[in-house]
Amino acid sequence: MSQQSQQQDVTAAPTASGAATAAPAAGIEPVLETKGLSLGQIVRKRFFGHSGALIGLVVFAMIFLLAFSSEGWGPFPGWWKYQHDQVTPLVNEGVPTWTLAPFSFGDHPFGQDRIGRDLFAMTMRGAQQSIVVMLIIGIVAGVIGVVVGSLAGYFRGWVETVLMRLTDIIIIIPVLLLAAVMSQTAGRRDSGTWFAQFAASNGVVVLGIFLGLVLWVSLARLVRGEFLSLREREFVDAARISGASNFRIIFKHILPNAIGVVIVNGTLIMSSAILLETALSYLGVGVKAPDTSLGLLISQNQEAFATRPWLFWWPGLFIVLICLSINFIGDGLRDAFDPRQKKFNAKKAKSRGAHGSAVAAGASPAAEPSLEVGTTVSSVTSEVPDTEAFGGAPERAEDGKGGTA
Amino acid sequence: MVTYVVRRLITAALILLGASFLVYNLTALSGDPLEEFRASNQPNAAQLMQARSQLLDLATPAPIRYFKWLGGAAGCFAGHCDLGKNLAGQPVTQALGQALVQTLTLVTGATILAILVGVALGIITALRQYSALDYGVTFLAFLFFSLPIFWVAVLLKEYGAIGFNNFLAHPDIPIATALGVGIVVGIIAGVVSAGSVRRRLIIGAIVFAFVTLVLEVASITQWFRFPGLGLGVILIAGVGIAFGVTVLTAGLQNRRALYAALTTVVIGVAAYFPMQPLLNLATPLMIVILAVVTVAVGIAVGYFWGGYDRSQGMRAGGITAFIVGALIMLDRFMQSWPAYFDNGLVRGRPIATIGAGTPNLQADFWSSGIDTFTHLILPTVALVLISLASYTRYTRSSMLEVMNMDYIRTARAKGVSERSVVMRHAFRNALIPISTVVALDIGQLIGGAVITETVFSVHGMGFMFLDGISHVDPNPVMGVFLCVAITALFFNLVADLIYSALDPRVRVK
Repeated sequence: MSQQSQQQDVTAAPTASGAATAAPAAGIEPVLETKGLSLGQIVRKRFFGHSGALIGLVVFAMIFLLAFSSEGWGPFPGWWKYQHDQVTPLVNEGVPTWTLAPFSFGDHPFGQDRIGRDLFAMTMRGAQQSIVVMLIIGIVAGVIGVVVGSLAGYFRGWVETVLMRLTDIIIIIPVLLLAAVMSQTAGRRDSGTWFAQFAASNGVVVLGIFLGLVLWVSLARLVRGEFLSLREREFVDAARISGASNFRIIFKHILPNAIGVVIVNGTLIMSSAILLETALSYLGVGVKAPDTSLGLLISQNQEAFATRPWLFWWPGLFIVLICLSINFIGDGLRDAFDPRQKKFNAKKAKSRGAHGSAVAAGASPAAEPSLEVGTTVSSVTSEVPDTEAFGGAPERAEDGKGGTA
Repeated sequence: MVTYVVRRLITAALILLGASFLVYNLTALSGDPLEEFRASNQPNAAQLMQARSQLLDLATPAPIRYFKWLGGAAGCFAGHCDLGKNLAGQPVTQALGQALVQTLTLVTGATILAILVGVALGIITALRQYSALDYGVTFLAFLFFSLPIFWVAVLLKEYGAIGFNNFLAHPDIPIATALGVGIVVGIIAGVVSAGSVRRRLIIGAIVFAFVTLVLEVASITQWFRFPGLGLGVILIAGVGIAFGVTVLTAGLQNRRALYAALTTVVIGVAAYFPMQPLLNLATPLMIVILAVVTVAVGIAVGYFWGGYDRSQGMRAGGITAFIVGALIMLDRFMQSWPAYFDNGLVRGRPIATIGAGTPNLQADFWSSGIDTFTHLILPTVALVLISLASYTRYTRSSMLEVMNMDYIRTARAKGVSERSVVMRHAFRNALIPISTVVALDIGQLIGGAVITETVFSVHGMGFMFLDGISHVDPNPVMGVFLCVAITALFFNLVADLIYSALDPRVRVK
């Protein structure tokens, strides 16, 4: 809330004067490597130059393929021989059967639990659930956040007041409470309403939609902040004069310019969503048995750590891998979308100072645009999203009350 | 300014009203409060049901019950709070007080540690951007950020508590283990240190030899059973600290600041033995007074050494005095360790996996301090690990942004030393945006860490909240919600005010 209001009070005043002066400065920025390229091309080029993000993308794609192809999804059958809820006879006390030398997977590569269910099948099912929840939360929160943020930022006035106070109220309600309400409602299978029936069969989808309905708030604030400065730019005036409707201006003209914030923040919402889903399942208000999820697996098996440690290691490893790869992708996207990205090197700065200040002096005005009058705008608007972009402490998902921020 | 604050407070009150209405009704409608009796076949189930209905006032619809509750809560302004009672019949205000103490003891230390370590790491990685250290810390930050805390907690319990307690029962370190630890630490030191490959190799080798030697000596002398620092270690460490603090606060060319720091160390070492009898009678209040006196002595030493810039000497003396005092206290804690270790309630397994203290432990200041430490160490480590990442990344980006500013180039151009550039020009300005994050985090503090509290069985705010939800009892949930929401809203306001106070370009209006 503070960051939003900070932005509000800071950007609102200087935008009118600041944006006008900052805009031409940003326009004359001579970025040679990007000459003649569209925004999409520049972003793609930068993103694929970021090795961490590339590795993250590859790892995520592999986990995605493995999880969905091995267990199957919906009507599609998978290639793995066991289902996640299928009880099979215990092989060798359930110890993982894969060996390195000679390399072989065996019958149960990740082992079995106490009653003989295959851990590989369960882990894959859990990974599917995590990915599905993540995508649903990303889509739902993304759409609501963008619409609310852009309406508030574009129309100002009472629309903004109502929407932003609504945002303030939702951000303060603990996510844990909403999840508990949802799981209790879905748990009442005897009540026979269409919702309870739907929730009973698609628990993870309902969970994702519910969480998406409360996690859009940070995105809405960021989008509104972007809109506040973009709506004062000339191209918006030009569009309005040529008779474009409000709807067209918002979605055709302004939104594509704010897409960086949306994509970056959306990725980070997704990474925190995975931890949130696992944490809620761990606390017993997320995905429930007989279905399974990574958090639920850890919760069920943590007591058995001394005797069957593999039941604990594999689900945890997959949570960490998915979340880590998403975080790296988000980092790469942020670097790719950040036009002020520069490589700074203290050593080089010092040695360059030694070689002669002429080079530095010649380079400086070009290298650092928008630091004149627009400083107030740029310093605040650029720093504030960063906190939230990284997920920051306020949005720390696994402490259950991510929403209290 | 005043109108701004008043306007913000009024908005906050309205937000609180709306949110509390929603939270109350959501909690009340989230389930069936009588469920546990419906399934039971006790003969008096019907009576119990009726008693519970009366206690929760189920005859009244939830929205109207909210306004009844609000009437009681509004009494807080008139001086006597009535937030209702929980299912056990205890007033919520009283239960909140207990939970708050538990949560704060758990979270405060962890937050302070995370801020200190995170900011320090962030600055170092920013100064050495694109080095092996930077990549390593960045990767670890992302890794820790991706860890589910309940997973970390189980690992910590297994290796940090059970494994370490087993080790403490027979604290012998085989030579192979000592060598292995030495090699790992040596490699880390080589990577972290700056300079040419040759220099890194030398540093790594020295660290390796030192760590291995220390481990072996500790093993032979049974240090882990009977720990202590002793005068020698305090003196050597103190001299090192004096140099380090001087480098950071004044620069070594300021001789008087260095002498002030060294004099403080000498005074501290000289006071070691005379202080021991007094420390045996320690109380918390006495420790606070001693800390103030220690810092005052350090500042006074700096003042009397004088020099062209007295304040630098005073700062160096004060900080050194504080650290040396802390070392002496640590030594006194270590002296009490064997007594604590052999205590009948501890039974030689000091690191605890659950709870916030050994029940019924009758001990003096030092032993109970150790008891708190052994219970808090694991949750603290878990919390620090997962919250470290945001501080590190945030400080790094903020510091990088500042290092690119024109005034840093100006400072370098006019010949300011690199220490001054970093500590005076860059660091202070990089702290401005971090102060906002810290203020927001403090606002989050008492919301606590629901999962950490659950895993480590600490009966704090998060536990109270979860318990209330699972019993469909709105009163404790509302109590926790009120506390958390009010502090969060308040510190949001504080964060904005701090920002505008520190950065005059930003105005509140």
